[in-house]
Amino acid sequence: MDNNRDKNYFILFLKNRFLGVLVTSIIPLVLVSGIILYQFYESYKIKIEDYLTTLVKKHKVSIDSFLNEKLGNIRFVAESYSFEELNDSSFLERQLMLLQQEYNSVFVDLGVINSEGIQVAYVGPFRLGKADYSNADWFRIAMENPQYLSDVFLGLRGLPHFIIAVRTVRDGKPWLLRATIDFVAFNDLVENIRIGETGFAFILNRKGEFQTKPLYNINPEEPPYPLFMNYKGTKEVLFEEYNREALGKNIYVAAFLKGGDWLLVCQQMASDAFSVFFEALNITLIIILIGSIATVFMAYVRFKNMSLNIDRAETEKQFMNEQIIESGKLASVGELAAGIAHEINNPVAIMVEEAGWMEDLIADGEDAFVKNKDEFNRSLKQIRTQGHRCKEITQKLLSFARKTDSRVQKTQLNDLIEEIVAISAQRARFANVELQVRLGDIPEVDISQTEIQQVFLNIINNALDAMDKQGGLLKISSRLEKDFIVIEIGDNGPGIPAPNLQKIFDPFFTTKPVGKGTGLGLSICYGIIKNLGGEIAVQSTVGAGTSFFIRIPLSRVSP
Amino acid sequence: MNKPFIMLVDDEAAFVEAIARRLIKRDLNVISANSGDEAIEKIGQNHSLDVVILDVKMPGMDGIETLKEIKKEYPLIEVIMLTAHATVETAIEGMKRGAFDYLMKPCEIEQLVSKVEEATAKKRSHEEKIREARIKELTSRHG
Repeated sequence: MDNNRDKNYFILFLKNRFLGVLVTSIIPLVLVSGIILYQFYESYKIKIEDYLTTLVKKHKVSIDSFLNEKLGNIRFVAESYSFEELNDSSFLERQLMLLQQEYNSVFVDLGVINSEGIQVAYVGPFRLGKADYSNADWFRIAMENPQYLSDVFLGLRGLPHFIIAVRTVRDGKPWLLRATIDFVAFNDLVENIRIGETGFAFILNRKGEFQTKPLYNINPEEPPYPLFMNYKGTKEVLFEEYNREALGKNIYVAAFLKGGDWLLVCQQMASDAFSVFFEALNITLIIILIGSIATVFMAYVRFKNMSLNIDRAETEKQFMNEQIIESGKLASVGELAAGIAHEINNPVAIMVEEAGWMEDLIADGEDAFVKNKDEFNRSLKQIRTQGHRCKEITQKLLSFARKTDSRVQKTQLNDLIEEIVAISAQRARFANVELQVRLGDIPEVDISQTEIQQVFLNIINNALDAMDKQGGLLKISSRLEKDFIVIEIGDNGPGIPAPNLQKIFDPFFTTKPVGKGTGLGLSICYGIIKNLGGEIAVQSTVGAGTSFFIRIPLSRVSP
Repeated sequence: MNKPFIMLVDDEAAFVEAIARRLIKRDLNVISANSGDEAIEKIGQNHSLDVVILDVKMPGMDGIETLKEIKKEYPLIEVIMLTAHATVETAIEGMKRGAFDYLMKPCEIEQLVSKVEEATAKKRSHEEKIREARIKELTSRHG
């Protein structure tokens, strides 16, 4: 049905509007948040890079200066005292004590090694005595350089430590003053570098060996560490972001220490470094989520309401349509009644006058009946004639009005047309219109008689109105065309101008003066025929006349 | 007063005939016509007509058109409109266009007769005044 199609259309329309609102409100929200977040991320990243770079630089400086300071301490001892003095164990012990006093227990031991690699004097907890270092790699390197800082290694004692050696020359022969630096003390220095919750630092040498104990287990063979170790450029601080499945995304900042021998690596999980950013991201996502839910909810509620309103309006419209059809029916019945009343009025007037005439005659005298016998007979005959006329009219009316049943039933349209023609004949006569009916052989159809009557009556009334006074010819015909019965009602009246022709089926369109026409007749016809699954069409030429074509399907196809 | 000379115009011949009979019996001079055209034609032949009783609704030339025609050609002739209930508006339209009065069909014969007499009196008094004016004009010219 039409109404369902309208409703579906509305629902589709609402769905589109609904999606439209979602798209127009949520997309900007996501876009704006995304752009702001991106900008925030970029600037925050720069900030973090700066921060980490500064941190690493600072620590590089402080570690370097720690190492240099230790070197300086030992150099001071070596330069200040002679080989002989230091060869004295008690003197050396005193020096170690002084150093330990001054610098906590960083210095573990002291040893004096002669050019042959023999440790000639030693003070410290390990009782190394006259150890022979002549075959140790570090000894050879230390002898070739004014000073030496070793990597961390497991010394003779099997404990990780590193040593500082300072070369001094006595009588053309070099000797070394060697100190062991407490690994724990040094380790603490680096280990104490903590950034955020997950950031930590450690030192690697060029071979990828740990110089300090990292807080967490890491494998220096894995990227990105080799990347740093193989770095040959001139940048002071290296920056890298690397994503490893197990660890997640990490930020690595590295700087070379100890003249390029060691690498200080600071690493922090990106999620930690960017915790403020991720917090902002989470808040944004929550806002977007809540905003979206609110938008969806509000849009849903609004459109639900709108759809309810449309439903209600639709129901009202349906109701109004029914009322309009009903009132249209009443209007055409009213028109009909007026016609009938007029038609019946004439014979009634004649009867009244004939009766009056007989009264007149009687009033003349007692012998009126005898004297005017012919007159009486004539008058009575006339009254009877007019009475029959009245009966014919009422019978026409009755056969028409009997069909008050709007139920669908088997109907021969030709019969219906004949009845309507009969009832319209008097009106046609006064309008000087000749009625010409040509009915073809058509089968019965299932139809509501009152409705189809209304259609024919409306169109015929319109034609008679159009041709009123000027007169004309109204042709009504029926025929069978394939699966349709075609009823053609054509006049040769003034015709309908093209601009009006498009509007004649519109409700409330009328060319009649105010109060004369409701403008509903043809729109009701249109509705009735469409409901039958039929078609109603009009052809008109100004000056030549107007024809209506009504096509009614033989079998009702439910539309 | 001379008998009023009237014409009945209605497309219903039987009605015209019945009314005519009764009016003649009431001492009126009656002729009849069954259409507007016929009425105009007959007025042309009967200049002394006083009143035309005219049905509003007739095929062809209807009551209003006939009235217009009569009033245009013979303004002194009075017209009484006969109408059915549904066409009262048309009758009022007729009054605006110079009809003397209207009556609803079917009507009491006495009512019709008295209306006819009033209309005749009016028509004749008009004629009288016109005649007097003419005489005055003539006498003043000669005097």
